[in-house]
Amino acid sequence: MTGAEPTPGNGYLIRGASPLGGPRQDLLIRDGLIARVGPGAAPDPGTRVIDADGLIALPGMVDLHTHLREPGREDAETVETGSRAAALGGFTAVHAMANSSPVADTAGVVEQVYSLGERAGWVEVRPVGAVTVGLAGERMAELGAMAESRAGVRVFSDDGICVSDPVLMRRALEYVKAFDGVIAQHAQEPRLTEGAQMNEGEVSAVLGLTGWPAVAEESIIARDVLLAQHVNSRLHVCHVSTAGSVEILRWAKARGIRVTAEVTPHHLLLTDDLVRSYNPVYKVNPPLRTADDVQALREALADGTIDAVGTDHAPHPSEHKECEWAQAAMGMTGLETALSVVQHAMVETGLLDWEGFARVTSTRPAEIGRLAHQGRPLAEGEPANLILVDPAARWTVDPHRMATMGRNSPFAGLQLPGRVQATFYRGHPTVLDGALNAPLTPAAKETAWTG
Amino acid sequence: MKHLLSTHDLALHDALRLLDTAEEMAAVGEREIKKLPALRGRTVVNLFYEDSTRTRISFEAAAKRLSADVINFAAKGSSVSKGESLKDTAQTLEAMSADAVVIRHPASGAPARLAASGWIDAAVLNAGDGTHEHPTQALLDAFTLRRHWAKVAGTGSPGSDLTGMRVLIVGDILHSRVARSNVWLLKTLGAEVTLVGPPTLLPVGVDTWPCTVRYNLDEALADRPDAVMMLRLQAERMNAAFFPSTREYSRRWGFDDARLAALDTLGLGDTVIMHPGPMNRGLEISAAAADSVRSTVLAQVRNGVSVRMAALYLLLAGGTHDDPAAPTVRENPALSPTKEPAV
Repeated sequence: MTGAEPTPGNGYLIRGASPLGGPRQDLLIRDGLIARVGPGAAPDPGTRVIDADGLIALPGMVDLHTHLREPGREDAETVETGSRAAALGGFTAVHAMANSSPVADTAGVVEQVYSLGERAGWVEVRPVGAVTVGLAGERMAELGAMAESRAGVRVFSDDGICVSDPVLMRRALEYVKAFDGVIAQHAQEPRLTEGAQMNEGEVSAVLGLTGWPAVAEESIIARDVLLAQHVNSRLHVCHVSTAGSVEILRWAKARGIRVTAEVTPHHLLLTDDLVRSYNPVYKVNPPLRTADDVQALREALADGTIDAVGTDHAPHPSEHKECEWAQAAMGMTGLETALSVVQHAMVETGLLDWEGFARVTSTRPAEIGRLAHQGRPLAEGEPANLILVDPAARWTVDPHRMATMGRNSPFAGLQLPGRVQATFYRGHPTVLDGALNAPLTPAAKETAWTG
Repeated sequence: MKHLLSTHDLALHDALRLLDTAEEMAAVGEREIKKLPALRGRTVVNLFYEDSTRTRISFEAAAKRLSADVINFAAKGSSVSKGESLKDTAQTLEAMSADAVVIRHPASGAPARLAASGWIDAAVLNAGDGTHEHPTQALLDAFTLRRHWAKVAGTGSPGSDLTGMRVLIVGDILHSRVARSNVWLLKTLGAEVTLVGPPTLLPVGVDTWPCTVRYNLDEALADRPDAVMMLRLQAERMNAAFFPSTREYSRRWGFDDARLAALDTLGLGDTVIMHPGPMNRGLEISAAAADSVRSTVLAQVRNGVSVRMAALYLLLAGGTHDDPAAPTVRENPALSPTKEPAV
């Protein structure tokens, strides 16, 4: 397993991996597909053998919530650097959020982002379309044109800004039914969060930072699930952060409302106590909450009330974090730590097994985003989007050694479990031996499955 | 003590050392030549991102009485809108060999950020940050209260604390850095603190503070406080729907003539009235109350110089006394209480 080379004509034989943590199997990957699953396969000449002893095979992770910053903020991240980070983090697909500059609110911009992703070749880059023109919350963007573009947009979001106008939200929910789309809401009541800096509670009272109350999230989620029920549409709730939101989602799902939800890795681990340092690396929207919220979110992810993990990977240039708290940008990087944080918070606490891990990091997000070739079972004939993970590895997070351009990781210095050893994207190893291998090149693509 | 950032993390022995040193500094202020050579050759920078003539000249007078060189750096407005970041400004001051930076900033936590960033080696004194803390104001208030409390008890001020003293803090607690610093410091010194204000101007989470909270000023006065500290009502709060009108606010939470008379009726001969200034006469405090013999307003201003001299002296010339006054912040998420096994 050394060096970068094109996909061998006879594919890869992954030997002795443990699919979803189950019994050891060999997986033969050829022509972009999982050609065979079973024990003791003998490699053909020209087939590259990968020793996967002790490694778990999982479907490639799918992120519903990534900020790739391009076009417009190439000083923070580009599609190239962000998708490299994604591949290293074990992702085979990411959803690029719409708050670029220009905003991804036209077919032209989403096709540009889509093409940049194809050209980079590290992961499948699925653009998210803006719900409203310029994220301004006034007029619906041309959602149909984005849906029918080459980018095939299915997820629409004004992420960063809440679609707070209830009429506009209702219309958007209704409209996207025409092409099986989903509105991914950033649930934040704007008037209740003017100037908000952190979770409102015991810590904000002491620190004198303007509070972001849980009710500002919960009231929007409550309204939106009722709207989704009324018009029988699909709603997705971004980065759920409070115990109260979990209760509303549980209630809505019990009533059969078509709502899905995601939680970020950082909301599964960190609390607002960290803000006492006034270090803006902990500034994020929605804010870090309390230990009780963290516990409720973990339980909700385990029991399916929350469907998926979404990183909300938000790289920022250092000058936007090396400043006073109030002036700092909100957001944290997450692509290269997501797997480890979820393993730490969910698997090692016994809340999820690896099958559950695959459900929340791959299967469900792929279903929500309507990605036909992602989040599939590790079975013969399926697209070979998969990763090999060493669950016993331990590593210390160092933002300066990451592929993302953002250095704003709140996990810096923390020792975490789990390491991505290999990532196969359409049968091509973008990551081998825990390091970037090579992107899926146009030449390699000819022999690979094309979606 | 390397920095003075908050009273939240100030231990009792450090608070007492500051107050006792301030007593010595006050004695200097009563001499004909009000100057000590203690900080000769040291440079103190007053870095003010907000207008505050009162606090700045108090710090300036304090530094000069200790013979320090003083540079006033008025960086009004946000650093970003000015174009220079706090980091660059800090490094500029570092390059000019500042020994202490006295910082006033509209953003809560800016002094803590400066102290923890590694951008600068100088001692950092918080001269008021956003709605977080204003530790030297609380120290001068405590100094004033302690002198009064000792006088009532017929003892000397140095070495004493505020055990048993009942202090009301009245007004806009939510936005007040003065209130926060006083709650922590007065509690540390043994006082019983009661906060009084409209529920809209008390922070969510105040129930976890080491004090009592009341909404009714008259009831709080009937509980016989030893000191009543009135907070300034900021103009920008008046139009933000925190209360119906300034008249209603004044009637319910202002220290008016009727409440001044009530202190006499209640037989509270020794109860003092405090205000950090500048006062809105007729709004949170009546002219009669502000000018009464109970008022400590001018004593507070005078004591401010002594307390700031003590702070500068102890930070810059206080020796290597090892103490826990510097805040210990937890930056490692592994230490956060999220109920999980360590990895």
